[in-house]
This record gives sequence, C-alpha cells and structure tokens, in this order.
Amino acid sequence: MTMKLNSRPGVEAVATKGFFQAYKWLLLRRLSQLSILGLFLLGPLAGVWLIKGNLASSLVLDTVPLTEPMLVMQMFAAGFIPLSTALWGALFVVAFYLVVGGRTYCSWVCPVNIVTDSAAWLRERLGIAASSSFPRNTRYWMLALVMLLAAVTGTMAYEVVNPVPMLHRGIIFGIGLSWSVIIAIFLFDLFIARKGWCGHICPMGGLYGIIGKISPLRVRADRREMCDDCMECFVVCPEPHVIKPALKGADMGNGPVITAGECTNCGRCIDICAEEVFNFGYRFNNQSKESS
Amino acid sequence: MAHSDEKSQSGGKGSAVSRRRFLSDVARTACGVGLLGMGIGLYSRQAVSLPALALRPPGALPEKDFLSACTRCGLCVRDCPYDILKLAELGEEVALGTPYFTARKAGCEMCEDIPCVPVCPTGALDHDLTDINESRMGLAVLSDQETCVAFLGLRCEVCYNICPVRGKAITIERKHNIRSGKHALFIPVVHSDSCTGCGKCEEACITDKASIKIFPTELAKGKLGEHYRVGWEEKARAGESLVTPDQEHIYNLPEGQSYDHGGEGLIMEESQDSPFSSNPLDTLNRGF
Amino acid sequence: MKLTRRDFVKSNAIAATASVAGITIPGIKDAIAADDGIRWDKAACRYCGTGCSVLIGTKGDRVVASQGDPDAPVNKGLNCIKGYFLPKILYGKDRLTKPLLRKTNGKYDKNGKFVEVSWDEAFKTMAEKWVEARKKGPKGIGMFGSGQWTVWEGYAAQKLLKAGFRSNSLEPNARHCMASAVGAFMRGFGIDEPMGCYDDLEHADVFVLWGANMAEMHPILWSRLTDTRLTKKGCEVHVLSTYEHRCFELSDNSMVFEPQTDLAIANYIANYIIENKAYDKSFLDKHVNFNQTTTDIGYGLRDSHPAQKAAKNPNVGKFNKISFDEYAKSVAPYTLEKASKMSKVPKKALLKLAKAYADPKKKVTSFWTMGMNQHTRGVWMNGLVYNIHLLMGKISEPGNSPFSLTGQPSACGTAREVGTFTHRLPADLVVAKDAHCNFAEKVWKLPQGTIPRANGKSNKVDQTDISGKPMGKTLIHAVAMHRALKDEKMNTFWVMCNNNMQAAANMNEESLPGWRSSKNFITVSDPYPTVSAQAADLILPTAMWIEKEGAYGNAERRTQFWRQQTNAPGEAKSDLWQVMEFAKYVKVEDVWPTDLIAKAPEYKGKTLYEVLYTNGQIDKFPKEQVTDDRGNTYNNDEMEDFGYYVQKGLFEEYRMFNSAAGVPKKGHEMAEFGAYHKARGMRWPVIDGKETLWRFREGYDAHVPKGAGVKFYGKPDGKAAIISAPYEPAAESPDKEFDMWLCTGRVLEHWHSGSMTRRVPELYRAVPDALVYMHPKDAKKRRLRDGSKVKVVSRRGEIVSRVSTRGRNKPPQGLVFVPWFDAGRLINKVTLDATDPLSKETDYKKCAVKIVKA
Repeated sequence: MTMKLNSRPGVEAVATKGFFQAYKWLLLRRLSQLSILGLFLLGPLAGVWLIKGNLASSLVLDTVPLTEPMLVMQMFAAGFIPLSTALWGALFVVAFYLVVGGRTYCSWVCPVNIVTDSAAWLRERLGIAASSSFPRNTRYWMLALVMLLAAVTGTMAYEVVNPVPMLHRGIIFGIGLSWSVIIAIFLFDLFIARKGWCGHICPMGGLYGIIGKISPLRVRADRREMCDDCMECFVVCPEPHVIKPALKGADMGNGPVITAGECTNCGRCIDICAEEVFNFGYRFNNQSKESS
Repeated sequence: MAHSDEKSQSGGKGSAVSRRRFLSDVARTACGVGLLGMGIGLYSRQAVSLPALALRPPGALPEKDFLSACTRCGLCVRDCPYDILKLAELGEEVALGTPYFTARKAGCEMCEDIPCVPVCPTGALDHDLTDINESRMGLAVLSDQETCVAFLGLRCEVCYNICPVRGKAITIERKHNIRSGKHALFIPVVHSDSCTGCGKCEEACITDKASIKIFPTELAKGKLGEHYRVGWEEKARAGESLVTPDQEHIYNLPEGQSYDHGGEGLIMEESQDSPFSSNPLDTLNRGF
Repeated sequence: MKLTRRDFVKSNAIAATASVAGITIPGIKDAIAADDGIRWDKAACRYCGTGCSVLIGTKGDRVVASQGDPDAPVNKGLNCIKGYFLPKILYGKDRLTKPLLRKTNGKYDKNGKFVEVSWDEAFKTMAEKWVEARKKGPKGIGMFGSGQWTVWEGYAAQKLLKAGFRSNSLEPNARHCMASAVGAFMRGFGIDEPMGCYDDLEHADVFVLWGANMAEMHPILWSRLTDTRLTKKGCEVHVLSTYEHRCFELSDNSMVFEPQTDLAIANYIANYIIENKAYDKSFLDKHVNFNQTTTDIGYGLRDSHPAQKAAKNPNVGKFNKISFDEYAKSVAPYTLEKASKMSKVPKKALLKLAKAYADPKKKVTSFWTMGMNQHTRGVWMNGLVYNIHLLMGKISEPGNSPFSLTGQPSACGTAREVGTFTHRLPADLVVAKDAHCNFAEKVWKLPQGTIPRANGKSNKVDQTDISGKPMGKTLIHAVAMHRALKDEKMNTFWVMCNNNMQAAANMNEESLPGWRSSKNFITVSDPYPTVSAQAADLILPTAMWIEKEGAYGNAERRTQFWRQQTNAPGEAKSDLWQVMEFAKYVKVEDVWPTDLIAKAPEYKGKTLYEVLYTNGQIDKFPKEQVTDDRGNTYNNDEMEDFGYYVQKGLFEEYRMFNSAAGVPKKGHEMAEFGAYHKARGMRWPVIDGKETLWRFREGYDAHVPKGAGVKFYGKPDGKAAIISAPYEPAAESPDKEFDMWLCTGRVLEHWHSGSMTRRVPELYRAVPDALVYMHPKDAKKRRLRDGSKVKVVSRRGEIVSRVSTRGRNKPPQGLVFVPWFDAGRLINKVTLDATDPLSKETDYKKCAVKIVKA
C-alpha cells in the first residue's frame, strides 16, 4: 500500500475546498456530541429539564423514554424482564439508528468518541506507528461476552466497567475516579492500538454496527472515478476497511455505497477528499456504473 | 499497520495459510476476550456487593435483581426532591453508577408520592410500591446500647421523634432506672414490621458515631426457631386460648384475701391500719 | 411542585448552614488524649426551669467535657438531649466578641451598618440616648431582661432601673411565661412560687397535666413522673391539652379540649366536688375564704381594639369575698353535660378526672406551664386549679400539690424572687406599696422617694421627675413596652439575655416598627446574632452561662450557684458587668431631680455606679482568689474588673430583703453566699441552715406555728383565697376566613428561640425546621400532604413552612401547632398580642389562622 505521507492529511482538502468545507462534518459532529451533553447538563446546571437521566436511560420532556438497547439485552440475559417503559425506550433508540445508521451513535453521540478521536489525532501528530494488532471482530466477541456475563452473574456485570456510560454519567452526575478509565482508553488508543477501543473492542459499537447493517442513510463514493489514490480517507477513517469495497470495488462489481454496518457515518472521508469523491446519500441505487 | 484489518477483510479466501491464520486469530481473540470476561466477572462480583451502609432507593428490587435491572440512568436521582440519592462513582464501594444514599448523611424523606419510583424505566425500583410505608430500604438497628444515651437514662428520643412511621417503626419502652432510683429509661425499640429503613434515625442520632444504624434487612434480622410460636401473640391473634381455657381455681386463704389467677396473684387486704377488722364481731367471734 | 419543593429544601439548607456555624469544641482532642488534668466543677443547666445540675470539665480555659451531676437530687446524673450538648453552646462559630454599633461614615446612624466599636464608645452613645429619653418621663426608657439572668444580674439591673434611673420600665421575659402564675400565687396565697417541691413527683398517686407538655419541656421531671407511674401501683396520669402531644403516650385519661374551655372543665370539677360533698369542710373552715372575681375584663389589647372596647371591666382584677354557698352557686352551672359539650371532651373522661381529684384517698399533683399561663384568662385559670386543691385540702403536703412549672432556668430565682418586673421589688415587695419602697430605699441607702411608686406618689405626695414635672403613673409591662416603642413614647430599650424580637407576639404590627423607628435606640446584649440583635442599633457581646459566676433558682425554690469556669471570647462581658459598667456613664444629676439630690447631698456629682454599687455593702467583700474545696482556682472577671467580690456583695445585699430585721414580707429566707457554693442547691426558705420542702404545712415549714396545722402566711389572715371565675371566650376564635386555631410552643431538642441549640449541629439536625403540625383530614381538605409547603396566615402576618401530619404533635381537626424556635420561620409574625388583662401575659396558644398552599 502506498501513501503520500509527505504532508498531513487534510492539507490538500483545505487548499481546494477551504477550511470549513474540509472540516464541515467533523465540526458538525463535535457540535452534535457537545449539544447532546449540553442538553443533559441543562437540567442540573440551569434547571431546564428538556432531557433527564443519561445515555443509559433518559426521559425527554418528561414523556418520551429512551433506553440503551444493549442494557435491555443484558437485562433479558440476566433474566430480568423490564417494564414497558424501558422496552419502548430501547425500541425508539433502535428504530432511530436503523434509519440513520447504527454507528452514527458512535460518531455523533458517544462522548468516548471525542476521547478516542483525540488519541488518534495525537497519535498522528506524534507519528506513533506501532500498533498491536487484533481483529476488529473482537467487539462481537465482546458483545457475546457481555451477554454471557449477564446470564452467568445474573447482573449487568459489564456495566461495572463499561466506559461509555461511565463517562457520560460522570460528566452529568459526578465523575469520581472514572477519569482513570477514560485516561486508560486514551492511552490505549494512543500507544497500544490505533483506534483500538472504538474500532475493535467496544461491544456497544458492535451492537450498533449490527443495527446499522440495513440502515438507508449511507456514505457513498459516487465520484469514485475521481479518486487520485491519495489514501487520506483511509488514514482518517476510524474503520478503514469499510471504504475499500465501495471506493476500489468497481472492477469487482461493487456499487459505490459503503454498505458495511461498521461505518460510523462520521463523514471524515467526505471532508478530507479534495476530489469530493464521497457524499452522504441512500443505500439504494447501488449499482456499479461500469456494470450497468 | 492495521495488518489484521486487511487480513480479516480478505480472510476466508481459502488459502491454507490464511485459514490457519484465521483459526489462530479466533483462538487468540476468544482467549483474550475470555480472560477479560473472567476478569470483569470477578471484578463485578466484588464490585456489586453492596456495602452495609449504602441504601437503595425505596422499592429497589433485591440487590441481585436490582443489578440486573438498573440502567444507572439517574432518573431516580433527578426526581428526588431532597437530593438525597446519588449515583455511585468509580472508587466507591457501591456498584458503579447505581443509585444509593447514605443514611448518616441524609435519610430518605419518605415522600408520600414516592417520586423516585415511577420514573424508573425498567422497574429496578418496583412500580408496585405505592405506599411509602411499605418500602423496605433496610432495617434500623440500635447497634450500640452502650453509647445510646437513652440506655443511660438521658432524655433523647431523637430517633423516635424523627421517625416518619411514627409510633410504629420505633416505639419507646419505658423502664425503671435502677441506678437513679427515681427516673425512667425511655428505650427506643425498632419494629421490623414497620421500619422502612429510611435512615432518618441514623441521620439524626446525636452521638458522635450513630448508635442506631440502618443495616440491610438480611444482615440485621434474626430468625426465631421455625417451630416456635410466641404464645401471647398467637392467643391475641386467635382472640382466645388455643386450648380449653383454664378452669376456675379455689384456694384456702385467710379471710379478706383473694387469689386472682389471671392477673396479679395473691391480693392482700387493703392497707390494714390495725390487726383488727372494722367489724368488732369479727374479732369477738374469732376465738382464741 | 417537585421543583418548588426542591428549591425550598435547598434554600433552607443554605439558611441552615448559615445559622449553624458548625461546632467542634476547641481543644477537645487534647482532652481525650489525656483525660487527666481536667478540672471538674458543678453548674446549673442553662436551659429550663427544672434545674438539673451538670459537672463541667475544663482544661486550658476550654470546656472539654461535661456530665450530668450524679449527686444532684433533681437529675441524679441525667440530662436531656439539650443538656448533653451544653458545652457546645459556648463555641458557636458566630459568637459575638465586640460591641457593634450601626454607623454611617463613622457616626451612629439608625440605618447604618454594624461596625465594631469600643465598649467606651458603646456606653457613651447609649448613655447619651438614655439620659435624653429619660427626660420624657420614667417610661421614656425601658429594659427587658429575663429569667436567664443570674440572680445578681437581675438584682443589679433592678437597682439600675428602679433606683438609678428612677424608672419602673423593667421587665423580664417571664412576663411572657410566668406572669399568670405569679398573679394567681399573689391573689390566692399572697406569696409567690409553688408550695410543693419535686418530691411530689414520687409521692403523688395521681398526676394531672393542665397545659403542660412535660415530656418535652421538662424532660427530666417527666422521667421522674414516668417512673412513679411505672412503679407505683394505682398511679394515674391525666393529660389535658388542646392537641395531642408526647405526654399522651403515658396518659391514662387523655383529654383534648376546645381551646379556652379549660376554664369550664376546672369549674366543673369544683362543682362535682361540691355536689358530691367531697370537699374537706374543716380545711375550708380553717384555711380558706371564698371570693368572686370581676368578670368581662377584656383581652389586654390596645384600648382602641374592638375586643377591648366591648369589655365592661377592662383590666380589673378586683375580687370580693363571698360565702361558700355563693361560691357553690357560681360553679353550679358547670355541669358534666355543659363541660363536656363546651370542651368536646367525652363525659367519661371528665368524670374520671373529677373523681380522681375528689377521692380523699388519692394524692393529686397538678402540673401546668404555658398552656395555662399563656392564656387570656391565665390568672383565673391558675386560680381555678388552686380552687380544686383547696376544696379538697390537697395542698402543701407530699404528693398533694398544685405545681406551676417554669420555663426559664431562673424564672423563679431571678425574675420572680429578685422581682425584675415593672411592679415588683425583691422578695415579693411591690412598688405599689409605699412601705415596701421605703424599706427598699433603706436597704439601698437611698433617700426616701427615690424609687418611683406605681402611682407616682410617695407618702401621698407627687414624686418629682427629672423634668421637674410629677412622675405620674410608672408601671409598664412587656407588651405595653413594645406598644410604647411603636408609639415612640419609649425611646430607648435594652434587651438582655433573651430574644424578644422572636418571642413577642405580633412582630409585624408592634415589635419591629417600634424597634426600627428612627426616634428609638435599641440595645441588645447577646452572645449570638439573634433576630433581636439584627433588629437592634447597638449589640453588646455577652459572656454567657459559665463564663461568669452565677446563680439560678429553679421551679422548686432551689437556688444553685456556680463558679466562673472559662473566660468569655474576645471582649464579651457578662450582663452583670454591662449593667454596672454602664452605670458609670450616668451621673445622678442626669436622672435625679434637684429636690431628691438635696435629700442625699453625699451623692452629688456621683455616678449611678457609685450610688448603687459602691455603697459600702456591695463592695464590702474584698477581692479574693475563688477556690473550691479541692484547691482548684477559678477566675472571676467581674471581681477583677471592679476590684471587689461583686457577686457576693450583691447577693448579701439582696439577702437583706429576705432576712434583715423588719422585712415587710417574711418567708423568703436564704442561706449566706458561701453555703450555696457548697450545696447542690438549697430550697428556700432556708432558716437556720434548714431547707423547706413543703410550705404552709406545720412541721415542714418553720413559719407555721405549732398547732396551726396549715397556715397560708402570705395572707394577713393566714387563709388562702378560693376565687370564683367563669368561662369567658378567647380573644380571637376561628371564623369563616381564618378557620383554624393556632397554638405555638416548643420542642424537646430546642430551647426557646433556638439561639443556642440551633448552633449545635446535632440538635439542628434532629429538628431543623419548625413544622406546621396538622390533622391529616385538615390537610386532605386543603389538598395538602405531609411535607407540603404552606403559608400560615393570620390577620397580622404569615410564615411559610411545611406540613407535618405524622409528627410528634397530633392536633385535633381545626387546630394547627407551630413551634417557635425557628428563626427562619417567625411564627410571632402571626400570633396575636392579646394578653391576660391581669397578668399582662401574652396568649401564644390561641389565635385564628388559615392554612393555604404556598
């Protein structure tokens, strides 16, 4: 694999499209992540209770419940049948991500994403190349493990260590020593495994990946013929393996849609591409031009 | 870099090398995840053993069930009007993120509308709990009779006075103070059939370290021998003797005295001012 | 609703942290490290009238330990929960340590901010205001002390006001507390304070509580009463109250009566005794005469008040002799049916009570406190209970005792015995009697006519005032003082040792406008920044309790002394020092007219201090080292400052009113100063070293001659007075708009206005806020529940608090109870300033309010 590593990724995009176009989706994502945190904090800090609780479970405008699906699955695994409120809550969440893409949660909502993105950015700046390798499907093993643990212990054992709600809850309710776990993930991603947590281990990511398998909202490489092989999209993509079939699979008869559920719809590839190969779109019309 | 990524992408293409590689990857991942799982499992077992002084909100399921049901969302915390509940943070002994309160810091105010319960999305706080007096967050135990000033004869009764299940969960048993000879002791007695474990007594206890504390009920409560019944309680429940009542007894007694079997035993004649009966004939006819 | 409740709780929490400056007793860790080296000494408890004794452990000028005094006959080593925390009341973090004067740009300004000033500046400012105000007349100035003053503090203040400033504007907060009891003692027996003693608690067969929540207000006495109930066969406890309180837990006969109908119940019992001829005829013949009091006497409100205008004989306390038959006729209408109907107490319960009194074999002790004293017919009501005891001859012997309990630690010892009331002088003497004043002037080495007579006439001649005009009428009671301040007729006011802005009723309409009037100058002496201090112009930091040598007299006539145990913080000084030092800033010429000075030329140019205190009597005992029998030494700051044993001098001069030749009223004898430092208190009269347990009874009381059996020697004819008085309605009753009775009172954990106990974190935590105790049905009717935030509204003001339907007090439907310890919820904004027209004591137990959701 060859890469133009003479300049940092994004320089060209900025040069051709301007700063805001080159960082558009990244900025929007950060805005989304912070706004969601802000909405949760508005209650305790300002007494405006638009949404109450945290990402594990919440109540919007004191009426609409939302519940993290992996928690509900753990409850069932642990032998507990929750009240309909929680079930409806999980249903709403699943339905939403079925539409917008499962792992949209990871890149647009999850607060840990900011941590791991920062680690990846710093890793890039520091030029740390070494990374221990383990399979990306570890997260599905993890997901299975989480359910097994719940079934075996009869409790939601994984929630004792799950850093995703830990960070979110910590910010809203008081963080305690949870900082240490967050720092550990940061250091893990920085020094041990590139995009290790979000891209390999997190079972929530796994679950959302499954949910996202059929979601209509997708990133497409509609102008893939314009690709000049700069490889910058592969560098910035948190799940680079999802790009290749769409971008480079024309000759294999693959359509331009990034179909893998693991794509987080983060839009970094759209931002970074000076040739404007990528765009958001639907998963329909996924025919290879060549083959059509 | 990201060597395995491409492998896993291109895996299953059928070459012997990649198949071996695939199998070893699977084994490696399974082992790693398995070890991690054991670690988490063991850690969680230790981390979910609720410390005795942490109390769950009203209506909380038994601890194990609770931990299978609580999403740690904090909605109960938000709806507690007295800000008594908090979510456990990492480093605390309570299972991470779960709601609890510490009685000594602030006990549950036992709101009549129990706002923390209906808001629970999963039922980890049992929605069937509608009467706060039915909640059982723990059990008050007068754990140190040596420091409880009531046992010393002081007039305190702060726990009794602050108890929201007034006159039922804690009652005052009055006893003679043998030491002073002329004062009474006002001893607080906890009744497990009414105590909700709200913790107001522990919060208010005036000694430097609380002499009355809330413990988990299963830790605090004893159990009478399964065979044994408390006689007078059984009788009160039945409204009569469980067997044929005692017959009337007749005794040889000096004149003027009676023997009341059911109550007080031998009843002496009322204050005798003199050895003589008020009726002179009694004396005259008594003989020598 | 959730949000408001949360906000409410939070704002309270902030208030709480502000008021409870947390207390750790300084130096306590060292003391625990080495328990030796602690100096132990006795002291009387700072709180109620029970008079428990405690042992105080000091080390390095800090109280580091305390214990109930195991040798004290009252409490035998026990304490209530307030007593348990006694040392902590000294060490609140917001103790006042410097005089504070309202100033703007360095000058006194009524609306200025408090700034620290020197004692000299404080007294100079004050003296200027006082001398100016005194020119208006004897009522131009006023002082309000308390039954928390030590005996000599009250005595020094008595001299300063009555002899120094020639003003009878001196009142104690006992006016709010014990005045009705005093009135009835004087009318019935001609001498103040109970005939019995606490040993009645062990000797009685029947206890009747008339408006006394002893379980909370006299915790240790209740402990003794409970023990008798537990251990004595046939012992009964009857409890009467307008709401159910903790005494009902022990009650054998519980009676919740409609407010004010206690008058009818007491008359019914008298009627029952007469109808059944159960009375002790020979006792009545020998020791009692019968009287009828004047009726329709108004409600002690301002003359302009409609209720006052409607009265036929406002404020008239006259009573006339009647025959037994006339008396019998006067109570005859109070049948069982009528009493039950009026009071809503079941007939069975009333009959049981009447029978207990009428049974000649049962010894009955009646206890009462504020339920009966804070009553617009308090004097009458006190008298009606005496009537019952006198009819049966159940008085002045072990177990047979009508027993009026006191709320203040020295309501008896100071306010009543020293007589710090407008109308009184020490030892039951009164300023209405020329002879009494003459005697006091002789004792005090003052020219005749110095003390203002009640009517302003000495020897039937007008007394001249400093203004040159006749003195005029000179009496002014506590409630009238606040009215005079509001009307700007009284312009200076000095409040010591109590929190009258929180205590006096109708704060919005009377107290606060008066205190804050630009014409008036208010001084408050207090250890802590109380509500009163907040409303003052000059705050004087006060040495409290054991930071000075002191003496208290409890409800069983027991006088108890203590030595100074520690030094006060900063520049805080005892009330005694403040009173005496202030006297140095006023010259005789400032306040006495020339004709009076002419009668005592030796006082020309002298300060009041010299005239009153260095009179050869008070400064008679030279400076010495205070020690105890074990060789421990103690400070005495006043002795150090004034150069002589001040306390001893004051007490010995005061004792002249009890024991000197020619005392107008005998029966108050006390032992000499030193004896009290040795004993765990002594019960007066103390004659030849012997104390008196039961007064008026031969054998027990040395004043009763042999063969007399019983003699009520306070009265010229030796007979007690049964005084008939009817039921008359309350000053303000619930109506359509204000549909509930409001009753106020206290809780066990806090003492009075909470200025000390609310600074003890444990006590604060135990009872943080004053709640509105309410019947659950009344709450439901108003869509309230336990914990709901409500407003208690009267015609005069309102407070916001929370409802309690499951608390310690259980009012009947139609009545709410609110305690008054809580400076955050001033219930005295709501209460009515109606008083007993005879005792001038406010009725804090009855007014009309409505309860609305807040």
